[in-house]
Amino acid sequence: MMKRWLAVAAIFALVATACTAGSEDPGPEPEPPSTTGEQEPVTLEMWGAWTGRELDQFNQIFEGFTEQYPWITVRSRGGVGDQKIITAINSGEPPDVVLSFVLDNIGQFCSSGAWQDLTPYMERDGFDLSQFPAAALQYTSFGGSQCALPFLTDAYGLYYNVDMFEEAGITEPPTTLSELADVAKQLTVFGPDGSIERAGIVMATGYYETTVLTMGSMFGVEWYSEDGTQSAIDDDPAWTAFFEWQKEFIADVYGEGDFQTGADRLERFVAGQGDEFSTANDFQEGRVAMNLDGEWRTAFIADEAPDLNYATAPFPVPDDRADQYGMGQIGGTIIGIPQGSDNPEEAWLLLQYMATDTDTLVYMANNVRNVPTTVAALESPDLDVTPQFQTFLDIFQHPGSHYKQHSAIGSADQTTLADFAARWQAGTATDLEAGLQQVAQQIDDQLAQAA
Amino acid sequence: MGIAAGAGVIRRRPRRRNLKRGLTILLFMSPWIAGFCFLILYPMLSSLYFSFTKYALLSAPEWIGLENYRLLFTRDPFFWLAIRNTVWIIAVGVPLRIAFAIFTAWLLTRPQRGSRVYRTLYFLPSMAPPAAAALAFVVVFNPRFGPVNQILGAFGVDEPPLWFYGPGSSKWGLVLLALWGVGDAMIIFLAGLLNVPRQLYEAADIEGASGWQKFRHITLPMISPVIFFSLLIGVIYGFQLFTQAYVVALAVSGSSVADAAQGLGTPQGSMLFFSVYLFEQGFLSFRMGYASALAWVLFFIAMVCTLALIKGSRRWVHYQGGGFR
Repeated sequence: MMKRWLAVAAIFALVATACTAGSEDPGPEPEPPSTTGEQEPVTLEMWGAWTGRELDQFNQIFEGFTEQYPWITVRSRGGVGDQKIITAINSGEPPDVVLSFVLDNIGQFCSSGAWQDLTPYMERDGFDLSQFPAAALQYTSFGGSQCALPFLTDAYGLYYNVDMFEEAGITEPPTTLSELADVAKQLTVFGPDGSIERAGIVMATGYYETTVLTMGSMFGVEWYSEDGTQSAIDDDPAWTAFFEWQKEFIADVYGEGDFQTGADRLERFVAGQGDEFSTANDFQEGRVAMNLDGEWRTAFIADEAPDLNYATAPFPVPDDRADQYGMGQIGGTIIGIPQGSDNPEEAWLLLQYMATDTDTLVYMANNVRNVPTTVAALESPDLDVTPQFQTFLDIFQHPGSHYKQHSAIGSADQTTLADFAARWQAGTATDLEAGLQQVAQQIDDQLAQAA
Repeated sequence: MGIAAGAGVIRRRPRRRNLKRGLTILLFMSPWIAGFCFLILYPMLSSLYFSFTKYALLSAPEWIGLENYRLLFTRDPFFWLAIRNTVWIIAVGVPLRIAFAIFTAWLLTRPQRGSRVYRTLYFLPSMAPPAAAALAFVVVFNPRFGPVNQILGAFGVDEPPLWFYGPGSSKWGLVLLALWGVGDAMIIFLAGLLNVPRQLYEAADIEGASGWQKFRHITLPMISPVIFFSLLIGVIYGFQLFTQAYVVALAVSGSSVADAAQGLGTPQGSMLFFSVYLFEQGFLSFRMGYASALAWVLFFIAMVCTLALIKGSRRWVHYQGGGFR
């Protein structure tokens, strides 16, 4: 019997050893590739999340890179999410360069070393970080590691239907949340049974880009304590202010003063929403008069609803933050070199090219309709700027615009808070203080595990 | 001496033969043994080990003892929410599916003509890929565009259900999806029903038994092994429910696969089933240690339920000619 247990223990120990043998050493200091003499041909594997039309456009950018570095060929693969990238890193067969849409994973990528810290390369080559707006640098680093560079970004603002504004005699977009409530009330149309036929604006988290992240930034919320070790969701009064404002807004705009009536009407209205990335999008269809959305919507409208008479503006801010009007939630695509890349030096060349080449960034901005992420590209005369798109360039450059603090738990903080927010706005969670405390406790538990 | 030597030969020969026979058996079994060791035993032991570690996939696992189990039992409301949702779908969905499968199979024993066509038609939905079927149901049951609510509206229903978009009705949508794809269970019940000896019904007719009495005292006992099989499989699949809930939640929330974590469980956590939560923790939040602990809890619960069902089945499952009990 004893022998049997020993055998089981031995197998367990063997498995445990096999499982823990994955840690990597940091490797030698980087050495730049020789730029003189004959170069050995190198093929860089590039994995990214682009798909479809955007992938085709993205793949065009490598022509310029190959002209500049003729011995390097880039093999680009699209439709690759972070899960696949992480699996490849763990298996020891990663690509050379990776691109991710999930900005929240920066904390895990940087702190684990899964994405290499680019500081040694930058210091060696005198790479100038001041060519990026400060906000873009803030969201591409974590814990002292600059493990990613920005490659285009998103900015969020207010879209409004000009025809509906004119019909209602409204001449200017709202700049504060109390103005937003007034305008929303004027533009909301109810059916004979009290249901919402057209919403002025939908202020429910989970509706398209209206999330705890985008709305929280308008209130200037803190997600974490200063040292990043604890959730600030139960401490920061800005969170309470946001949730209480939302409740008042729902009661006032949709419920004729009664929150639950408004919440029920809103739930039914949101349930009928059209797909965000199709012609059935509520704003494009005229089902809502205003909406919080990203700059890419300008491209969708140009493509799918060219006759829509619309304008854009920064999203309104709380009345006590009126001086911050013009700011907004920003954050976008990131690129980096995974641990174990076979060609890190060539990968670094590609990374620099993608992150800083003005023509490349302008080309992508003009085609994919994202905001370019260098000062030079933002000022480029080749940038195709419509008045609607200009709003988002301005939001990105506003000193108050930012992305939330990163942490080592990725987007788990948003997921946890979003769950509470969904119950809060539906009226099934009624104790705000207790709810926020529980969210904070859950996040703290996860932070402790990730430390 | 000669006798002793002869006795030695007698003793050795069977041992060699047994060894050779054993090796032959092992040789033939080796593909299964290799598959079992590398594809089942090794991952299971790995996950058991990970369940005692802090393992974020990107860095080496770190031993933390029972901390994952303590957290999930004492500090994680999503764990209990996932348990509640999973128990609901099993408690409501499995019996309804079995009842509907029996009813459909019984209907298909009736027609004299075209029975093969009807059987094929009823069986076809179960051939649909789960993800495609789930997406189709989201469209059909869409509160604004979907034909179901439009028909309900035409019949004067003022506030038809929000189906997958409402926390109170979303799980019912999944139950309807399961009932629509009942063909796999139906075909087994059909075989069971056709296997019931006709003499038993004839004897009951002579005794003057009603239709219900014949169903209750002949049909049900005779197909009880099939009911038991369906119940067991249904409960185990219920614990593992993933694809449909995942696809529906992403479609309803409008989340892409890249930001799937934000959408799972939508609306309001009503679609957060155990396997969905396990996936979210392991592959979207990269908490592989915690997800492994969830997997072992799921394994334990499923095992206890299975054993309880097997034990309880001795009271109500009747095998013709005795059979295994």
